[in-house]
Amino acid sequence: MSPWIVGFFALYVYPMLASLYYSFTKYDGGKLAPRWVGLFNYRVMFAHDSYFWLSLRNTIWMVLVSVPLSIVVGVGSAYVLTKPRRGRAFYRTAFFLPTMVPAVAAAVAFLFLLHAGGPIDRILGFLHLPQPLWFLSAQWSKPGLVVIGLWGIGSTMIIFLAALLDVPTHLYEAADIEGASAWQKLRHITLPMISPVIFFTAVIGVIYGFQYFTEAYVVGASIGGAAGSSSSSLGAPQGSTLFYTIWLYQQGFEAFHLGYASAMAWILFAIVMAFTLILIKSSNRWVFYQGGFR
Amino acid sequence: MSGATVAAAVPRTRRRTAEARRKAFLITVANHSVAIALTAAFVLPLFFVVATSLMTDRQMLTHDVIPHPFQWRNYIDIFKEEPLFRYGWNTFVYAGLATVGVIVSSVPVAYALSVIKWRGQRAVFLLVISTMMLPSQVTIVPLFLFFKHLGWVGSLKPLIAPAFLGDAFSIFLLRQFFLTIPSELVDAARVDGANQFQIMWHVVVKVAKPAIAAVGLFQFLYAWNDFFGPLIYSLNNDKIWTLSVGLQQFTTIHRGVQYNQQMAASVVFILPVILLFLIAQKAFIEGVTLTGVKG
Repeated sequence: MSPWIVGFFALYVYPMLASLYYSFTKYDGGKLAPRWVGLFNYRVMFAHDSYFWLSLRNTIWMVLVSVPLSIVVGVGSAYVLTKPRRGRAFYRTAFFLPTMVPAVAAAVAFLFLLHAGGPIDRILGFLHLPQPLWFLSAQWSKPGLVVIGLWGIGSTMIIFLAALLDVPTHLYEAADIEGASAWQKLRHITLPMISPVIFFTAVIGVIYGFQYFTEAYVVGASIGGAAGSSSSSLGAPQGSTLFYTIWLYQQGFEAFHLGYASAMAWILFAIVMAFTLILIKSSNRWVFYQGGFR
Repeated sequence: MSGATVAAAVPRTRRRTAEARRKAFLITVANHSVAIALTAAFVLPLFFVVATSLMTDRQMLTHDVIPHPFQWRNYIDIFKEEPLFRYGWNTFVYAGLATVGVIVSSVPVAYALSVIKWRGQRAVFLLVISTMMLPSQVTIVPLFLFFKHLGWVGSLKPLIAPAFLGDAFSIFLLRQFFLTIPSELVDAARVDGANQFQIMWHVVVKVAKPAIAAVGLFQFLYAWNDFFGPLIYSLNNDKIWTLSVGLQQFTTIHRGVQYNQQMAASVVFILPVILLFLIAQKAFIEGVTLTGVKG
């Protein structure tokens, strides 16, 4: 246990207490000691920082869109994998391959793939579909980021695949005898049986969704054109990719407003906890555990 | 199919089976069509990345799909232009040492939380789990100041050292696996007079090799792909940049131009982990499955 105990205190207990303290101070990390300012940081955040609200709105948008979408696409692609009797291993490898691509590389790849007149635009044009400007437009930059996320859906899909294959076949056989339609089977057998996994995925998705950083940082910096530190181009285009953690990073590690960044971190923690608790509270309405089912 | 239709179908069994076979065939075709379409959606982006990485500056802006000629020089050029070997080595050092650290520190903790039984164990386990839910932003400022105080900022040490203090996710995963080990194995070793360390090393680790392999793979990939950590601790010193920071800076400077070189650099970054995955796919998929099912 001892490495973990040392780690627990060095990496969690002390830093948590310290950052809670810093959140009530003004501190730039230099020689000058942190100066106690009470609730000042929190007041500024809520009352005077429009970037805080913008980044929060963008982040909530991202969570609300990408968590449900990744569940739908994850279940959908896992379902497709359960069907073919041959070649499942091949398809699984193919579906999972993009998940291995590092986040920075995926963002760089999609900056190219989604650029105006790029490969994806050409495919959309071929299919007579509209070709949005993606990362150049404030309306389409976040959907572009969602596409990057869905491309790397592999882990979620594998978890759902295991869950789908775990559903006892006798339930489907019983439903077939009673003449249930495919939709009824999905609605009344498959979804309830995999609902614990959906719940697990949603919780993880919310926790990590609020910490969404890398892809947006790479895209924003590239579109905004700031190599290094310049807040003018932050969240380009037009602040549409300014997510909570990016604003926190800018405040903490570019402007060195360490007290303010700590306060933002604690508010983030509170928001994540609130969303997670709502999910947990709602779960006894829609999550069925094997014991309770039949 | 209801009983009535089956009864009506009896005189025409031969035609029925032919029809059923045709239907089964069509369903197979439909299943594979959907699977192939999804395969295309997942794999085509990678194909475009690789193809573009081999195009000339002129060709990469055209509608061509296949490089003509194959300009392998792009790869030589990016290695000349950017110190990719150094970035790669830094990334490898970080990922390799962090993996070793997580395994040697997490296996004993997982062992203490599963095979041995003691009072307060459940509370400690919940504490381990709850650290996974804490956003890293909450601890990052004091940790940064702490490492700055040690003079470690601008080196890989702040990224590697914490790995040796255990990783909650790895502990969780290993514990779930250790719990499935039959207790007879452990009891037998105990009867033979083995101490805790010997039991852990000779019995549990031996049986749990697949789970340990999965945890090692996850950690290696996490570190290989990590961007936030290297960004915070190494931005001021390009001697220790990892591939993720190097690639990000490269594309920001060359944004909108030289897609071929950007894609070549991306391939250099992606290829090692894709190869690792293709080699260790089984351990990997089993590990991912373990996270979800036992979660």
